[in-house]
Amino acid sequence: MSERAPLLSLAGVNTHIGPYHILQGVDLEVPRGALTMLLGRNGAGKTTTLRTIMGLWHASAGRVRFDGADITAWATADIAQAGIAYVPENMGIFSDLTVRENLLLAARSGPIDETRLRWIFSLFPALERFWLLAAGALSGGQKQMLSIARAIIEPRKLFLIDEPTKGLAPAIIANMIAAFRELKKHDTTILVVEQNFLFAKSLGDTVAVMDNGRVVHTGAMMELAEDHALQHRLLGLSLDQHQ
Amino acid sequence: MIAVRGHAKPATHKRRRDVAPLLLVPVVVLIALPLVGSVSSWVTLTVAGLAMGMIIFIIASGLTLVFGLMDVLNFGHGAFISIGAYAAAAFAPWVAASLHADSLALNLAALLSLIAVAMVVTGALGYAFERIIVMPVYGQHLKQILVTIGGVIVAEQLIIAVYGPVQIALPLPTAFRGSLVFGDIAVERYRLIAVAVGLVIFAAMELTLNRTKIGLLIRAGVENGEMVQALGYHIRRLFVGVFMVGSALAGLGGVMWGFYREALTPGMGMDVMVLVFIVVVIGGLGSVGGCFIGALLVAVTANYAGFLAPKLALISNILLMAVILLWRSRGLYPVAKR
Repeated sequence: MSERAPLLSLAGVNTHIGPYHILQGVDLEVPRGALTMLLGRNGAGKTTTLRTIMGLWHASAGRVRFDGADITAWATADIAQAGIAYVPENMGIFSDLTVRENLLLAARSGPIDETRLRWIFSLFPALERFWLLAAGALSGGQKQMLSIARAIIEPRKLFLIDEPTKGLAPAIIANMIAAFRELKKHDTTILVVEQNFLFAKSLGDTVAVMDNGRVVHTGAMMELAEDHALQHRLLGLSLDQHQ
Repeated sequence: MIAVRGHAKPATHKRRRDVAPLLLVPVVVLIALPLVGSVSSWVTLTVAGLAMGMIIFIIASGLTLVFGLMDVLNFGHGAFISIGAYAAAAFAPWVAASLHADSLALNLAALLSLIAVAMVVTGALGYAFERIIVMPVYGQHLKQILVTIGGVIVAEQLIIAVYGPVQIALPLPTAFRGSLVFGDIAVERYRLIAVAVGLVIFAAMELTLNRTKIGLLIRAGVENGEMVQALGYHIRRLFVGVFMVGSALAGLGGVMWGFYREALTPGMGMDVMVLVFIVVVIGGLGSVGGCFIGALLVAVTANYAGFLAPKLALISNILLMAVILLWRSRGLYPVAKR
């Protein structure tokens, strides 16, 4: 497999949920070692795209390839074992389990590595403070930190993160931006669905914009950030209006 | 055992235990003392209630996990109670000499072997039941009710075809017959055995659920099965394992219940299922701790009510469930759901 080949690619992916045809031929490439932002209006199909990649909803047509393998029909657990970590929109925290137990469960290969845990505590200090607290008792921001910590508790090839800033206070978002910048230093490949344009502009290397179940634009994040006409055409709003 | 490699930092904020439900059984037991009047009657009623409660817990614990983890309404659970008891009765002649010897050790060994046979048979049947009957109807509650009730009917009719419709005897091992007498107080020996077995099962389940990774997976799966899969675990395999263990526990409960009554009937499983469902609802779907407290509460309340106001005993469990649900609408220890 060429190092220049995208780590993840979707070709003509269609997804139906019941009678609804949500994804209508999604073509998307996620380059290795980059943070790709997946933007779009509400209902454009961003979350469905992540869930289809994870096998939580199966594509009715098209192909999903990850690291050289066709994972279109794989079971979710096998996709995760292939090296994809997923943070859903609702965070997927196990409320009845403690912070420690949530992380232990995410560490599939055995005990949590102490050095990596220290690194995670440096990104999200609250998790160390609430180590033995039931995760359901955490604040919204702390739950989001835990959901991301759970994804990065062991090295993975690709991280799929759905709206990490949703409902968070500006101070917590700043904390998240710092954490993602730290993550990017480790040559990580990340695909983030996001509605917060400041967050997207701060972190994105590449961007894909979705509309009506299709990817309608791909390119460098900086190009989109600087092209107000393009923003208006693709997203209906200027990024600057959200800063 | 689950661990963090190296030394984890001590926490400054810890999980708080919800202790109110833990006090329910002691409170009911203490309130009953002046109402019953006689200490010896009170002790007898209490021990009988605890023994019956432990047997109900053993049966209900498997059902609550299946309910909580797999979202399966398994009305077929009662079949495993009957099959477990009849499997033990079928194997009993092979260990009859040990069962009726004047030796506690031989009696215990015979009882344990009967329990092992019942659990292996019901665990294996549980595997087949899950694969053939339950798996095609995941997520379809109405169909689950219909096919699992159908499973019970088939099981009952098979038992009738082999053993006939009449009850058959399952005499207690020699050492477990009779009572231990402390002054005016007489406590049946087998009830103490039932309490001990129930406590062992409860401790084993608590240890497994709280101290092992498989236990963590089950607890997490009860709350959000989809996320467990997204973390890289095959939840269907977990489903099968839990269903087999739940069926084996029903089989164990069937043996204990059969010896408790010293008689078996083809419908004995379904007869006890009403109590089991009440316990599962009172405890909170998917909660083993809630199931334990609920089972003890249901059994001691029924015993006291039967002694103090026999007519009230018929509805005491329904009243108890109504009171608990008015206090906590999702049961004593509700499990958080996605």
